[in-house]
Amino acid sequence: MKFTWFDLMPWPDLPKDFREKHRSVWVDIDARLFDPARSHLLYNGYMDLLEYAATLGFDGIGVNEHHQNGYGLMPSPNLIAATLARRTQDVALVVLGNSIALYNPPVRVAEEFAMLDCISGGRLVAGFPVGTSMDTNYCYGQIPALTREKYQEAHDLIMRAWHSLEPFAFNGRYNKLRYVNIWPRPIQQPNPPIHIPGGGSVETYDFCIDHTYSYSYLSFTGYIRARALMQGYWDRVAERNAADHSPYRAGFAQTICVADTDAAAERLYGEHVNYFYNRCLHVFPGFADAPGYRTIRTIQSGALSQYAPAGATFAKLTWKDMVEGGHIIAGSPETVRQRMEELIKSLHVGHIFCLLHIGDMPAEKAMYSSKLFAEQVMPKLRGLHPELANDHRFWCRPLAKRATPGSLPPVPDLAAVPAQ
Amino acid sequence: MELRTIATPHVPVRYFEGGSGPALVFLHGAGGLLPQDPFLAALARKYRVYAPLLPGYGDSEDCSELRDMIDFTLHSWDVVEALGLDDPILVGHSMGGMIAAEMAAVAPNDVSRLALLAPAGLWLDQFPIPDIFSMLPFQLAAFLFYDEKFGAQLMGAAGTMNFGDPEWLKMFLVRNARQLGTAGKILFPIPDRGLGGRLYRIKARTVIVWGENDKLIPPAYAERFRAGIAGAELVMIREAAHMVPLEQTAQVVAALDRFA
Repeated sequence: MKFTWFDLMPWPDLPKDFREKHRSVWVDIDARLFDPARSHLLYNGYMDLLEYAATLGFDGIGVNEHHQNGYGLMPSPNLIAATLARRTQDVALVVLGNSIALYNPPVRVAEEFAMLDCISGGRLVAGFPVGTSMDTNYCYGQIPALTREKYQEAHDLIMRAWHSLEPFAFNGRYNKLRYVNIWPRPIQQPNPPIHIPGGGSVETYDFCIDHTYSYSYLSFTGYIRARALMQGYWDRVAERNAADHSPYRAGFAQTICVADTDAAAERLYGEHVNYFYNRCLHVFPGFADAPGYRTIRTIQSGALSQYAPAGATFAKLTWKDMVEGGHIIAGSPETVRQRMEELIKSLHVGHIFCLLHIGDMPAEKAMYSSKLFAEQVMPKLRGLHPELANDHRFWCRPLAKRATPGSLPPVPDLAAVPAQ
Repeated sequence: MELRTIATPHVPVRYFEGGSGPALVFLHGAGGLLPQDPFLAALARKYRVYAPLLPGYGDSEDCSELRDMIDFTLHSWDVVEALGLDDPILVGHSMGGMIAAEMAAVAPNDVSRLALLAPAGLWLDQFPIPDIFSMLPFQLAAFLFYDEKFGAQLMGAAGTMNFGDPEWLKMFLVRNARQLGTAGKILFPIPDRGLGGRLYRIKARTVIVWGENDKLIPPAYAERFRAGIAGAELVMIREAAHMVPLEQTAQVVAALDRFA
């Protein structure tokens, strides 16, 4: 099992009446709610937490890309990952990911990911999301019906840029480049492991299967609601006669809260869970799915209604509902262990993206919950999927000998060297 | 009106044909056509009407080969060619008006009569056009019609809205994705693909028709179109909004009498 401590970096000061007074947390969020001086503290605090998670023994620390979004402060996850590369040593840097259809030209992603891989000594796990409709279409103006074609071309260009040792001309529909010849090049050859966040598109299932990429479902609605979608993926893996059913072909994001008892978990984290699900996920439904963004095949598969964002309904859910419905896995270490095991077995996933910092949770609570998880839950889950413990296709392969940041030699006195 | 199919180089095209009189091609807006479209019916009393559906509209096949404005423009010329028409009266509403204007701009010697009904295609910063793509279905009628009730009735008749029913919802989402997915290629996120810089090429006798109460593409755009096309006449219609062909059908049909 691979566990990644993931932070969305939410804005923690959305007002109590945010739902009533504001249309959306995303796309047209009220810019007056942003306080730059406050963000200075937040960014640094969130990066401290990611670095702290690395000390707890998580396999990876994770960041992602969102735009104009009140629950995500990372339009550029690569900037955050670059600072983490310097301040951490062994942990994987999971950038999940760069919305490659948005970069012009997309070789920018090939270059920046290569830089991250080089700086970190081969610790990059790279993600290529199509991007949500909110980010991709409404914030970044991509034409919905052409987004997937553009994404596909960006993917092909990036992979070729990584794989080719000769400069090549790329005559794409969306990218015309005479000399593709990226410099630097990734340490992990021919390319870093690739994870593809998806939301139930059949096309994305196939894409992952065809390229041996890990499919990750970054849901906030929990593992019980994710079964239909993940089953759809595994059915597809079987239908397409993939070489194996390795659980590392899939990952799942889960909101997790650990305390010493079940009751303490509610007492400690209830308000922050409430903040996240009720304020952070308050997205105007008109932004959820620009017409043409999803393929007809995906809509017709009929599965969308089962895992459509249920933003409006969270307000009615109690802590008990959230726990029982699996939106969150919360409670004592033993409770959490049981539910996690159920998650891992029922979804058959090898990668868990642990959402342990939730909404407006202060650092000390996130640290406490993460520490309990790392010390009392994670070790008991490590041994699941023993038969595939050596499946390293979907994880980074760092250099054995890596640089220690900040280890310059003393300044020599070169003036003392006599001239010839 | 009869629904027929004609082959074109990219995709088979579904089109309505009916009526008698001079040949008239009507290009629909982003919402497509209504079943038994009353505006087409009214046109058919005076003209031989040909109303092609863009790929993805109605039951017509989608076409991934059409991606941008020039593709849409030339495809529409392909349709005219396939129908064997020579210089038909060219009429377009909203997105269809944008395509009709482009057709007249790229082939100015092939269009002598052009009617633009609240066409899209320009952008004025002082009058931003609302984003139809993020509007919720039940918000649309208020934006599109002068008389919201009439509009809701008309749109409701096209398929009774029932968002609680998953099967209906799926049908609705598929239709929306097909139609607005196609429309988005030339309208998303800003319905401007450079037409303003090409309007000067239009040689057709042009009439521009606008609803005085258009909230989607406000009448300021009517003036801009009139100023951009040499000799264009502007007909403003009262008690009508963006769906002026459905709201004041007789007056819009009468505005075309000048081509007789």
